[in-house]
Amino acid sequence: MAAEGTANKHGPDIAAAVKDALLSGLVALALFGPLVGLRTEQNIRNELAIQQRWGLVAAIVGTIVVGRFLLLTLVWPAMAARKQHQSTIPDTGPSTLRQAVSRWFAPASVVFLFLYPVLIVSALGFQGSLKWVDNFGIQILIYVMLGWGLNIVVGLAGLLDLGYVAFYAVGAYSYALLSSHFGLSFWILLPMAGIFAALWGIMLGFPVLRLRGDYLAIVTLAFGEIIRLVLINWRDFTNGSTGISSIPKVTLFGIKFDASPDGFAKMFDLPISSAYYKIFLYYLILLLALLTAFVTIRLRKLPVGRAWEALREDEIACRSLGINTTNTKLTAFALGAMFAGFAGSFFAARQGFVSPESFTFMESAIIVAIVVLGGMGSMVGVALAAVAMIGGTELLRELDFLKTIFGDNFDPSQFRMLIFGLAMVAVMIWKPRGFVSSRDPTIFLSEKKVISGSLVKEGHG
Amino acid sequence: MVDLPSNETAPAHPWENSPVLAVEHVFMRFGGLVAVNDLSFSVGRGDITALIGPNGAGKTTVFNCITGFYKPTQGMLRLEHASGATFLLERMPDFRISAKAKVARTFQNIRLFSGMTLLENLLVAQHNTLMLASGMTILGVLGLPAYRNAEKKAVERAKYWLDKTGLTARADDPAGDLPYGAQRRLEIARAMCTEPELLCLDEPAAGLNPRESAELNALLLGIRETEKTSILLIEHDMSVVMEISDHVIVLEYGTKIADGTPSEVRNDPRVIAAYLGVDDEEVEIVEEKLDQIIEGAAS
Repeated sequence: MAAEGTANKHGPDIAAAVKDALLSGLVALALFGPLVGLRTEQNIRNELAIQQRWGLVAAIVGTIVVGRFLLLTLVWPAMAARKQHQSTIPDTGPSTLRQAVSRWFAPASVVFLFLYPVLIVSALGFQGSLKWVDNFGIQILIYVMLGWGLNIVVGLAGLLDLGYVAFYAVGAYSYALLSSHFGLSFWILLPMAGIFAALWGIMLGFPVLRLRGDYLAIVTLAFGEIIRLVLINWRDFTNGSTGISSIPKVTLFGIKFDASPDGFAKMFDLPISSAYYKIFLYYLILLLALLTAFVTIRLRKLPVGRAWEALREDEIACRSLGINTTNTKLTAFALGAMFAGFAGSFFAARQGFVSPESFTFMESAIIVAIVVLGGMGSMVGVALAAVAMIGGTELLRELDFLKTIFGDNFDPSQFRMLIFGLAMVAVMIWKPRGFVSSRDPTIFLSEKKVISGSLVKEGHG
Repeated sequence: MVDLPSNETAPAHPWENSPVLAVEHVFMRFGGLVAVNDLSFSVGRGDITALIGPNGAGKTTVFNCITGFYKPTQGMLRLEHASGATFLLERMPDFRISAKAKVARTFQNIRLFSGMTLLENLLVAQHNTLMLASGMTILGVLGLPAYRNAEKKAVERAKYWLDKTGLTARADDPAGDLPYGAQRRLEIARAMCTEPELLCLDEPAAGLNPRESAELNALLLGIRETEKTSILLIEHDMSVVMEISDHVIVLEYGTKIADGTPSEVRNDPRVIAAYLGVDDEEVEIVEEKLDQIIEGAAS
């Protein structure tokens, strides 16, 4: 009965579809007619002339009419039928293939990441590997690490932090300033940068964590901007917007990666190439990111991790169970900040140059987007989102062939934000809880059951 | 306002001797509104004490004062453990009342961690014990056996309470998937996992069918028997209140109007007028009695 009713309702009703499509066409004509059809231009005599482009308007309106008609008669009925079909078959749980994929995906990708430089070098040689290891490998892994760090704060503890890049900046400037002024090595400054960032996290946290939800988000956003403005304006200390350049590179147990006699290449009798350093950096950030993942996975199974998630679910219930919510939030904030500090010091060492330009609100927004897109709380999801967002951006630079279609002035990376926006809207329509929307329980008695994302709360700050 | 005779003149009840919780002259004002007005009562050790009254009488406000979610404007809340340790609840922040003074509570609108499994819910309740065992997380990250043992013990306790509440079969399901009655039971199990000295239940039988509320009675009596936990509950379901409680306190407009055993309270004309109500033919008798009391108090 009910199935018939809905089938009739969504079934193709050609007359109504034609009417609807023509109406859409009319609306499109009214909109695009003046906007696209008429264009003012200066002619040779510097007079304003109207150029008429009715062909283009006709093409747009035609596309809309045909598209609307197809949507109404083919696409939507098909989708409704599929939905109907899905809801009639009982949910038998994930298939064995899906289970196997979710079981082996993470370990397999870690193995792949360790082999990635080897594969690239053997395929393209040292010189050809540079771009793939540096722009794709290192760049993506930095954001994976930042995403995982912020995941502790946003995904697990449910505190929306829009100023995460501030801690990244603290880490980067800690390394940049301390190494160039005091000549301390990366390996001493890496933990120090983490500790500094964590301290800043606690300093920000104390006054701010009384706030909830939107208010917390706004204040963290302001904090991010304050740090950036201090970096720009405190010229004596940070060298202002010029930034700090020639930051010392990372060494491997004191071995430098340069052309000097005791450098890496000479020591192992290899031809001189900058690829060694990049590959070394790749493994360094891979290990740092895996450290973040390891600590997070471990902490989730400890009382503090469960308290974070409980805090995201219901703060009042947490307090009624004797959990000190302020301390619990602070640990999440400090830990998230610490990983950003690690990533920041790595960033400074890799670039050899830091300036406030690198720590704009846009960066914070991208990291939050990675966490939300990935599925809040999911490590695999966040990693996938980082690959999609950052890898996607880098890929746009590779699309030179588009110039042959759109002309030489076309630069696909200019459309980055447009494509981002569209992609995010699309993902949020199809997967409103992110790529991985389910939650893994941290402990089980008899059987591990994945928890549907619809029950998991997002947190209210 | 008419000054009604207070219960202080009435014969001493057993709960007056070494009560687990003594509420003394507590006021709670929200701006001009007096939600709780000079309230004093005692919760006997090992008793089931019921707090009843019409909607808006201030019952939940009293609960929020006891569990630290509100700070009373004035008055004292003294909690005494069986060991003799005494706590002044009005001076403690909410999470410390649960952690140190061992007062656990449930909520009128259930507050479970719906995206976490039943077992996880019960482990979160044992946060403070586990946190100590994990050496404030540091030893736990390293995976030392001390923490693993503590976690095993915590899981055992969780299993014990899942058994008691009949939820063992669903231990690995998310709490949000449970039917309503089971959610209520889980909330009690979670509160009990904190090993409370005093368990405060805010309308535990709300929304339960008769069979479920009979099960709840059995569960609460069981908690009193085996755990020696004192229970303070707010309830509208008179079958629960009259059947299991040892002591009933009635509030109206933030003021206590009766305090005694269930049978005493049931026959108190003020309680009948304010809350319980009677059959139509008995209305006049009650009104007469009430007038007598008021006249007696005035003269």
